[in-house]
Amino acid sequence: MSAVTELPPTMPATPGGRPATAPNKARFSAVWLWSTPPVLLLAAAFLYPLYLVVKQAVEGSPPDPSNPFKVTTSFSDTLKDPGTRTVVKNTIEMAVYSTAGCLVMGFLLALIIAFVPFPGARAVSRFVDVFLSFPSFLITVSIMFLYGRVGMVNHIVSSLTGGAHDTPVNFIEYSPWGIWLAELIYFTPFVMRPLLTAFSQLDSGQLEVAASLGARPGRVVRQVILPEALPALFAGGSLVLMLTMNEYGIVSFTGAKYQTLPVLIENFAKQQTNYAGACALAVINIVLSLALFGGYRVLLARMSGGRRAAVHA
Amino acid sequence: MLLYTRRAQRIAWAVFAFFFGLLFVLPFGVLVLAAFTRQWNGAFPSSYTFSNVTAAFHKDPLDGLETSLITALLSSLIALAVGTWAALALDAMRHRAGKTLIQTVFMLPIAVPSVVVGLALLVAFSQGPVLLNGTNTIVVMAHSILVTAYAFQQLSAAITRLDPAYEQAAASLGARPYYTLLRVKLPLLLPALTGSLALCFALSMGELGATAMVYSANWTTVPLRIYALDDRGHQFVAAAVTAVMMTITLAVLLVISRIRTRANYR
Repeated sequence: MSAVTELPPTMPATPGGRPATAPNKARFSAVWLWSTPPVLLLAAAFLYPLYLVVKQAVEGSPPDPSNPFKVTTSFSDTLKDPGTRTVVKNTIEMAVYSTAGCLVMGFLLALIIAFVPFPGARAVSRFVDVFLSFPSFLITVSIMFLYGRVGMVNHIVSSLTGGAHDTPVNFIEYSPWGIWLAELIYFTPFVMRPLLTAFSQLDSGQLEVAASLGARPGRVVRQVILPEALPALFAGGSLVLMLTMNEYGIVSFTGAKYQTLPVLIENFAKQQTNYAGACALAVINIVLSLALFGGYRVLLARMSGGRRAAVHA
Repeated sequence: MLLYTRRAQRIAWAVFAFFFGLLFVLPFGVLVLAAFTRQWNGAFPSSYTFSNVTAAFHKDPLDGLETSLITALLSSLIALAVGTWAALALDAMRHRAGKTLIQTVFMLPIAVPSVVVGLALLVAFSQGPVLLNGTNTIVVMAHSILVTAYAFQQLSAAITRLDPAYEQAAASLGARPYYTLLRVKLPLLLPALTGSLALCFALSMGELGATAMVYSANWTTVPLRIYALDDRGHQFVAAAVTAVMMTITLAVLLVISRIRTRANYR
């Protein structure tokens, strides 16, 4: 799932022009009272269940005398398991490679839409907006038709080579590159959206001044556009990093030869009914993605305040 | 403007057309093609049919569509109510720790993988006083939790962009806070409200991870049915059901965006 079109607003430091409310005791408690219900609701529906996941992960599952076939697991068992390590490595690797691809592709496409405008550029950027609300697994389904073992590309290639190989293209089934391609397709718009916003706020006079002073396009991109786009690029990139780490649909639709944490969690819980193991993996997954998210917030806060506006606008 | 010569512009457009076509247009085209395919043994389908699309309206996929629509509608309305409330509370809150608390709690469902959201509900509601495992409530609950975070995020961004002058003017004319909220703030927020309703609806329609954990046989959403069809080798019917689902989602989004345009005239 997932489509974030806007990044979380960083703490608004009392927006300008607001009346500084007098520290009135009655009003103060009214605000707290007014804030409690939604927080309590989410706490009961989500935070408490999340706490139970952590609890079960730490406690593990005790041996059950009535059911000798029950899988007993402790947190350290799951951590030590070489299988878990491979999956954690897969998850991080896939997220990093996909994010890198999305950043390059998103920057290139947004750059052309914004600065080499063509008729229909607006329609394309509308398409990007709509694309954000498509389900992710759809991409895997369609690239199977294209690049799968019995897909379109295989038929074309083998008819060109006269059928020398049965299936010349089989990266979808036998390598992680199919997942990478699907994630590249699905998450690139998440990088493009904040970039397009940032580019639209860039004063195009700057580009013309740079060009009239003799800067070549490559230099204009490097020295004028890139510094302005950096916060947006960074924000989009860290969001995509988190979303790719948590992605389930794309990975599970390819047939799960290459497993990531979310897929393994589902497998443990639904196929093997090993809840303790699933909870342990869930804790690992949450810690990884919260670490990324926290790191992103800290880094974002360190960047110059003026530029941040461009990301959230 | 970045490129000034005609030739350089043409090259840039060609690069754009190549990648955009390869990454976005081609996958969609193929999906639509597959929805109308009877047999596909060569580079292109050898015969076409409408039966996949009609199969998408038979009992099983149709049930899924109904389930998905009800789930998406309920959860996006719940998310909108809770998310807006929390965003307004965040705005009213002057206490720093309180603000951080609300932000953290409502951002968490985005940072946590959707599969884990499902797992947490499964662990919590398969035992103890509240048993929800296998009911449709748990599916709606999972969707609501996931999309509430997005509603909250969109609404709080919109509220910080709101001009405080309107609110102050209303207050200076003697309007009580709840009157200001109902008559000034919410109408001003209407475009953001419909916008996030649309986003929540679309996200819920396509949700797979959390639903895979908590669904039951009598409450199976469309994405899971597409997964099952694909798994059993009915790829073309799966493509047709996907196309029908996307058409319906887009139609609902279109209806919601019409509300938005009318709201903008106020």
